Amino acid sequence: MFSWDLLANAVVAGLLIGGFYAAVSLGVGLIFGLLDIANIAQPAFVILGSYAAYVLNSSYGLDPILTGLLLTPVFYLLGAAVYRVYYTSFERRGEESLRGLVFFFGILFIIEVSLSIIFGVDYRLIQTWYGSRSIEFAGVGVAFRYLVPFVVGVAMTLALHLFLGRTFYGRAIMAVSQDRLALRLMGANPVQIKTIAFGVGIAAASLAGALLISIAPVIPSTDRDYIGRMFAITVLGGMGSIGGTLVAGIVLGIAESLMATFFGPSWSLAVSFGILLLALAVRPAGLFGR
Amino acid sequence: MSRQRSLKLALTLIAVVLALVLASGGLFVARGADPIKIGFGMALTGGLSANGKPALLALQIWKDDVNKKGGLLGRQVELIFYDDQTNPATIPGIYSKLLDVDKVDLIISGYGTNLIAPLLPIAMERKLTLIGMFGLANNEKYQYPNYFQIQPAGPDPQTSTAIGFFELAAKQNPKPQTVALVGADAEYPQNALVGARELVKKFGFKTVYDKTYPPNTTDYTPIVRAIKATNADIVFVASYPPDSVGMLRAAHEVGLQPKMFGGGMVGLMFTSIMTSMGPMLNGVVNYDFWAPEPPMLAFAGIKEFLKEYQARAEKEKMDPLGYYLPPYSYAVGQVLGQAVEAVKSLDQQKIADHIRATEFNTVVGKIKFGKNGEWAKGRTLMVQYQKIQGNGIEQFRGAGTKPVLWPDELKSGNIIYPYASALK
Amino acid sequence: MKTGRTLLVALAVIVAGILLAKLRVNPYFYFAGYVILQYIVIATAWNILGGYAGYVNFGTPAFFAMGAYTAVFLIRSVHAPLPVLIVAGGLVAALLGLGIGYLTLRLRGTFFSIATLALAVVLQTAIINWEYVGGSRGLSVIRPSGPPFGNYVVFLFTVMGGLAVVSVLVARFIERSWIGRGLAALRDNEEAAECMGVPTLKLKLFATTVSGFFLGVAGAPFPYYVTFVEPNSAFALDYAVNALAMPMIGGTTSWVGPVIGAVLLGTASQLATVTISSEMNLFIVGVVLVAFVVLAPEGILGLVRKLRGR
Repeated sequence: MFSWDLLANAVVAGLLIGGFYAAVSLGVGLIFGLLDIANIAQPAFVILGSYAAYVLNSSYGLDPILTGLLLTPVFYLLGAAVYRVYYTSFERRGEESLRGLVFFFGILFIIEVSLSIIFGVDYRLIQTWYGSRSIEFAGVGVAFRYLVPFVVGVAMTLALHLFLGRTFYGRAIMAVSQDRLALRLMGANPVQIKTIAFGVGIAAASLAGALLISIAPVIPSTDRDYIGRMFAITVLGGMGSIGGTLVAGIVLGIAESLMATFFGPSWSLAVSFGILLLALAVRPAGLFGR
Repeated sequence: MSRQRSLKLALTLIAVVLALVLASGGLFVARGADPIKIGFGMALTGGLSANGKPALLALQIWKDDVNKKGGLLGRQVELIFYDDQTNPATIPGIYSKLLDVDKVDLIISGYGTNLIAPLLPIAMERKLTLIGMFGLANNEKYQYPNYFQIQPAGPDPQTSTAIGFFELAAKQNPKPQTVALVGADAEYPQNALVGARELVKKFGFKTVYDKTYPPNTTDYTPIVRAIKATNADIVFVASYPPDSVGMLRAAHEVGLQPKMFGGGMVGLMFTSIMTSMGPMLNGVVNYDFWAPEPPMLAFAGIKEFLKEYQARAEKEKMDPLGYYLPPYSYAVGQVLGQAVEAVKSLDQQKIADHIRATEFNTVVGKIKFGKNGEWAKGRTLMVQYQKIQGNGIEQFRGAGTKPVLWPDELKSGNIIYPYASALK
Repeated sequence: MKTGRTLLVALAVIVAGILLAKLRVNPYFYFAGYVILQYIVIATAWNILGGYAGYVNFGTPAFFAMGAYTAVFLIRSVHAPLPVLIVAGGLVAALLGLGIGYLTLRLRGTFFSIATLALAVVLQTAIINWEYVGGSRGLSVIRPSGPPFGNYVVFLFTVMGGLAVVSVLVARFIERSWIGRGLAALRDNEEAAECMGVPTLKLKLFATTVSGFFLGVAGAPFPYYVTFVEPNSAFALDYAVNALAMPMIGGTTSWVGPVIGAVLLGTASQLATVTISSEMNLFIVGVVLVAFVVLAPEGILGLVRKLRGR
């Protein structure tokens, strides 16, 4: 049962959700893509952001995006702290891969379980003031609930891109990801730069979490649904390319959406990961990888 | 050399631990021989804990009520329970602990079809009487005579969710023609859809959409659009809480307005979801087990129970109103307790025979068990959310926002049809 | 220990297991014991790839569940006996390991880990859509009658005990052979090992296949243990976390580590399930895991070695 109308809507819906997926994956794109640290705890930080937004929304009625932005400094400091522990325990000793991964897995677990001990397992959701509105143009309906996160996601990507390309610290991060020694020779301290990068990555999670809870209900174990997606998008987009993350997010979103509309949603999640596995086998550098 | 020594040390450690484990077999028996012990696993963490925790609270309230009146057979009742984590793999271990180490006298099941499934063979092997706490069609394969189910599904569990929905639809004039079926790839929704398909055939409707989605889908808009494109008169959704919310929100955004919408959407009756969704629920015709409507409030003991439950639930961070499972969980206690008192013993077979033969008076009304231990007559309700305004909790406390449409003996309101009329 | 002595010890353990079965101590012991023995197999299997080769598999549930679902398929279609289920489950999971290894092992380790995560999702979706083995509703399985030792769970306990001994022996054999040395070389520095002529790709594929095999073997008796198999519990995250935590806590460089880790963590989990809340149980596992990884990266074995002043 095909119609252009349906197709157009499916593509637009995929585009919008893709922007959101990209927002959620930006932290991983930065930390894993550029710093080469496999932070699998990132989804847990996103959920932490969701719960923070929920708490502030239910106590003070604050809009989640506002909360997300307000809390970025807090999350930044949290990220910096986590990186310091990671650095002293692993990077300095040169034993990153196995133990680092396990370290982050443990952090993921601790965050998830702490949230379920504190908040219980009821679904939490936020109804935003724009949440139930939608607009239509050219036969395509666009719900604000997805449009706003898409816009924020694109804005975040742009902001990060500018940060990395135009500011001193941003360029230092790009440099450290390519050549630590050269960076040292330039007079910057790689550990400090990496701390900043990690902090920014976790700060991004704060905002992403706020977006997540305004789209769908959240419980502590929601993070597991996103682990795979985040890394799939980062790898597909190409490690180290922030713009690539956005493109990959959109590609994944559209793939899921088309699958759900025309073939039945049962396989849409698997399709996304199927794409990832294929990409890894055929072109591991991703779409825009260096 | 040192390697050999560390090896020895390691093996010693292991031996010590094993010894501890063996010894601990006797560790936990230090409970008095006096009380009557009722043991069970319950979903206190994991996917079903949102219902498991209130179910536990209701049983605890029952235990307190019974003990205040002198207990059972003159002895105090003690509940021994462990968290099954919504994971069926824990069931054999938990019930072995309960029966072989804690030496409980009676068992009850945990909450949920998947948690009852591994328990039934254990109950059969050990010839125990088992009351199931909400599971769909668990006994159809085994037909164990000493199993009873408190969920009011009735003799045909798979159609129990949808029967009221489609009967109501068939009664409308002009009769709707086309049906869209959609649901999550998960246990309860899949069962509900199997039943729905049977009923669609029985009532002569035509299916124009029949698809499922993975449970952790984020965006339901494409699915809802595809359904809208079919112009189905009736949309039957079988979903778990996050997707119930997702589907409903998407339906509003896309402007999906069939003549009838709803069906088997778990979670819409949870207080936290009712208050967040507010007026978006209006018009949805959904299954339910309990509603604060006059016919259901008339049963003996229900008001006192709800008062006690609501006072305690506040403190324990669970559903504050308790208008779904807790009354039935309390009824489990009542059925078991009344049976024990009636046969004046803890003999499993005598208790089972009595339960099979008796009509019980409980806080959810009269219960008579029939084929396979299910209720002799099904009583899954069909309610419709009506006249909800804003997001306050008080409008849900009393009657009016969730009138019962079906079955007739508990009916307390009329359907607003088509669906769109209820949205105004 | 010399190989001859090890085999004697292994035999002694098996005999002890059979004696325990005949003795019929408190039935609960067999239920809890089965789970712990199962984890010994899982931890040992994981460590062959994770500890010896340094490649982290996050998709343990996928392999375990493949073993379980192969068994379900065979039970439902041909009522195959337990030994067939075990071997078949192991082989299917081994093939899975080979496949995923071939796809990703030419790349870096982190890509392999991510791929294992993706694999778990894809497989779970496939199983959910496969009605014959129960799909999302699950399938009930009836234990065969007339088992040895009179009680099926006691029988499974001895079988799993035997499997634990076999897996540990295999791990020990690999560790001491040229394969193990090759794996250790590529774990420490893959490029250098390549330059020295170590056939890294073949060794990695070997490790993933063997690791996968034993994970599948651990999963094959699962349907008869639980009598009800459904995707959420077969693919449970617990298997992923424990498969990681047990070797890390015990020590990853030797076959002894996973055994220690499995016994300690497994026993603690079983005790916690029937005493304190299981949320706290998980919390403690997470904290202990992080603590060990940060403070005692070589696990208990490493601590013991340090204590002995090496």
